[in-house]
Amino acid sequence: MTQYIPILIAVVLCGLLATLMTSASRLLGPSKHTPVKDEPFECGNPSSGSAWGRFSVKFYLAAILFIVFDVEVVFLYPWARIFRQLGFFGFIEMLVFIGILTVGLVYIIKKGALEAV
Amino acid sequence: MILPEVNWAAVMPSVILTVVGITVLCWELWMKEQDRKYLAWLSLAGVAGAALFSYTLWGRNESAFNGMLALDAYALFFNLIICLATGMTVLMSRHYVENNELPAGEYYALLLFAAVGMMLMAAATDLIVIFLGLETMSMAVYVLTGIRRQNVKANEAALKYFLLGAFASGFFLYGVALVYGVTGSVKLGEVATYISTHFSDGAGSPMLLAGMVLLIVGFGFKVAAAPFHAWAPDVYEGAPTTITAFMAVGVKAAAFASFVRVFLLSFGALHGQWEAILWALAVLTMIVGNLTALVQDNIKRMLAYSSIAHAGYLLVAMVAGGELGGAALMYYLVAYGLMNLGAFAIVVAVGKKGEPNEEFNDYAGLGFRYPGLAMMMTIFMLSLTGIPPLVGFTGKFYVFSAAVKAGYIWLAVIGVLNSVVSAYYYIRVVVTMYMQEGEKQVEPLSTRPALATAIVAATVGTIMVGVLPAKPMALARHSFASLQKPAQTASSTPKKDQAATSTPTATAPSKTPHH
Amino acid sequence: MADGKGRMAYGSDDTPESERSERAISHQANDESLGNGIMVPIHYHLMLSAVLFTIGALGVLLRRNTIVIFMSVELMLNAVNLSFVALARQWGSMDGQLIVFFVMAVAAAEAAVGLAIILMVFRNRETVNADELNLMRW
Repeated sequence: MTQYIPILIAVVLCGLLATLMTSASRLLGPSKHTPVKDEPFECGNPSSGSAWGRFSVKFYLAAILFIVFDVEVVFLYPWARIFRQLGFFGFIEMLVFIGILTVGLVYIIKKGALEAV
Repeated sequence: MILPEVNWAAVMPSVILTVVGITVLCWELWMKEQDRKYLAWLSLAGVAGAALFSYTLWGRNESAFNGMLALDAYALFFNLIICLATGMTVLMSRHYVENNELPAGEYYALLLFAAVGMMLMAAATDLIVIFLGLETMSMAVYVLTGIRRQNVKANEAALKYFLLGAFASGFFLYGVALVYGVTGSVKLGEVATYISTHFSDGAGSPMLLAGMVLLIVGFGFKVAAAPFHAWAPDVYEGAPTTITAFMAVGVKAAAFASFVRVFLLSFGALHGQWEAILWALAVLTMIVGNLTALVQDNIKRMLAYSSIAHAGYLLVAMVAGGELGGAALMYYLVAYGLMNLGAFAIVVAVGKKGEPNEEFNDYAGLGFRYPGLAMMMTIFMLSLTGIPPLVGFTGKFYVFSAAVKAGYIWLAVIGVLNSVVSAYYYIRVVVTMYMQEGEKQVEPLSTRPALATAIVAATVGTIMVGVLPAKPMALARHSFASLQKPAQTASSTPKKDQAATSTPTATAPSKTPHH
Repeated sequence: MADGKGRMAYGSDDTPESERSERAISHQANDESLGNGIMVPIHYHLMLSAVLFTIGALGVLLRRNTIVIFMSVELMLNAVNLSFVALARQWGSMDGQLIVFFVMAVAAAEAAVGLAIILMVFRNRETVNADELNLMRW
């Protein structure tokens, strides 16, 4: 148990600091509400439409392609962990793996799946 | 260095198919429209290469990749069945793909990738590799089922297959988890050792038995055994006919390959526990398959139920077990593959673009107008029924005699009775062709030489393997025996020793199970 | 590999499942290499996993929206993943954790294929309700 005490202290300290800062700004700062200020922040642009609107199904393709490639990266972690022990052989193996993924990517691009429609 | 023990020979057939598959996929992107036909020939060459390579490996008995894969006659035998199924499907597809305007590159590539998954399943001696092979195969087949994107039936078939397939994979995986939980390993050999030392009374523990039952559910789904067969008729009907043939033969062979390997190898000590379950499954599968096939009006759907019934016969062989049962199962898979591929090839031949011609009525009068086609269809139907001297008879003979010898008299009796029932719907096709009037025109086979080759090859196989069963059966026996021999690791044994130990077997395969 | 360590705890085999797991855990707690923090007993993990799996399976059987059915399937797979991780800890072997990687990759590929199929059905039929997809019967 004792080894967790520093973490506990850190958590308490962080909590205190955050509470202190937010309450200080609320107590000391002026508070003015305007309609523009109450809008959600959208990179400085005037916001348009509701956040709960429906998205075009076109985005599905990009999202799903992302997921597939993203999850394949999980196999890089165990490989990276023992990269040195595996040596050159492991390196070539991983090149083959990445190579196959790249072929997939080339296929997707060539098929036009990533074009903005 | 902690290099894993790599044995390229064990994966070489799969590697060949993978490389050819990727090439097909990419080549299509750059090729001209009229060159599409070369994709079929390239795929066929890849399949032939894989088959040839498997053939040259014959006689080796090794384990590869730290005991994850086996390179034994059993795996190679199934490699050949899978290559047979894939090669015939490519031949059937050559014009089918063109006429139905299917995306050729994706189609052939997925076909080859599915074959890779099947080969992995047949060779895997590790539950996780089996799972990966299963998923590789299934995922490719899900897409192939729905590759006719505008066809609502194909859509529905793909969706049903996908949802139920993923559901079954979940069960399979949970079974793996429970087995891993009890035995601490996913390697089939280690699981077997653990079970035989800790559960030598054959009783097992609740967790182990639950895992085993879940594995049965997973495999039962893939081989379409009742009561896990509900997807099969819809999927077989909705899928393109070529893919239906591929599914009926390839998927079933691969699923049985690892089903048998897992249960006879790993759970051999628990034989008393699972044989009762499989007994019931076999009986139910035969009865449900045959009785429902009686009332079908669509040929593809009838063949789907017939394939369920055949899964039942295969389960009979599996329950019988032992060298006889195992060899009978492998022989029956070859027999079933030949006659079913042939029957589906005829269905492909009768169909036209926009006019599938899959109803019984569409076959009326075929016997007078296309005597050759009808005669070959008759041969396949008679063989499926189990009429001597065709291959279906020999296969059933081996299966049921193995069951009798193993003491499962009732199972054999039920099987024979079911065969009798099945005669009704198979003969019905023949009767429709020869005794009813019909006008349907069939595009002459001479315009589709690849398809004609497939049909003739299947016919010759159906007759030859049936008339001369000794060689293939000896091969099946030898292959099955390799399953029980402990495999050596490639690194620990020098090459010379292996050659020496396998000399009596190296001469055996003078003829491959397909021709 | 610490593979054999967990197995040593399993002496005889006719003890009930629960007892055996408990012994395996107490054995592990003494093992320095496996850490000595507080451990949640393995049954809790396995129970949670079984409950999640059952919820997923029931979801597949009871829900009618194919996307929800598919989500239930994913829940089943992840329930199994939880089992694998817990059992890998119990056995002190890496196998279980590696399996989870593979299952995750497979699940992602399955999601890609499955959603594409569902989308295709929706384009042609304007519905993803399982009850309305009944072109083929018997």
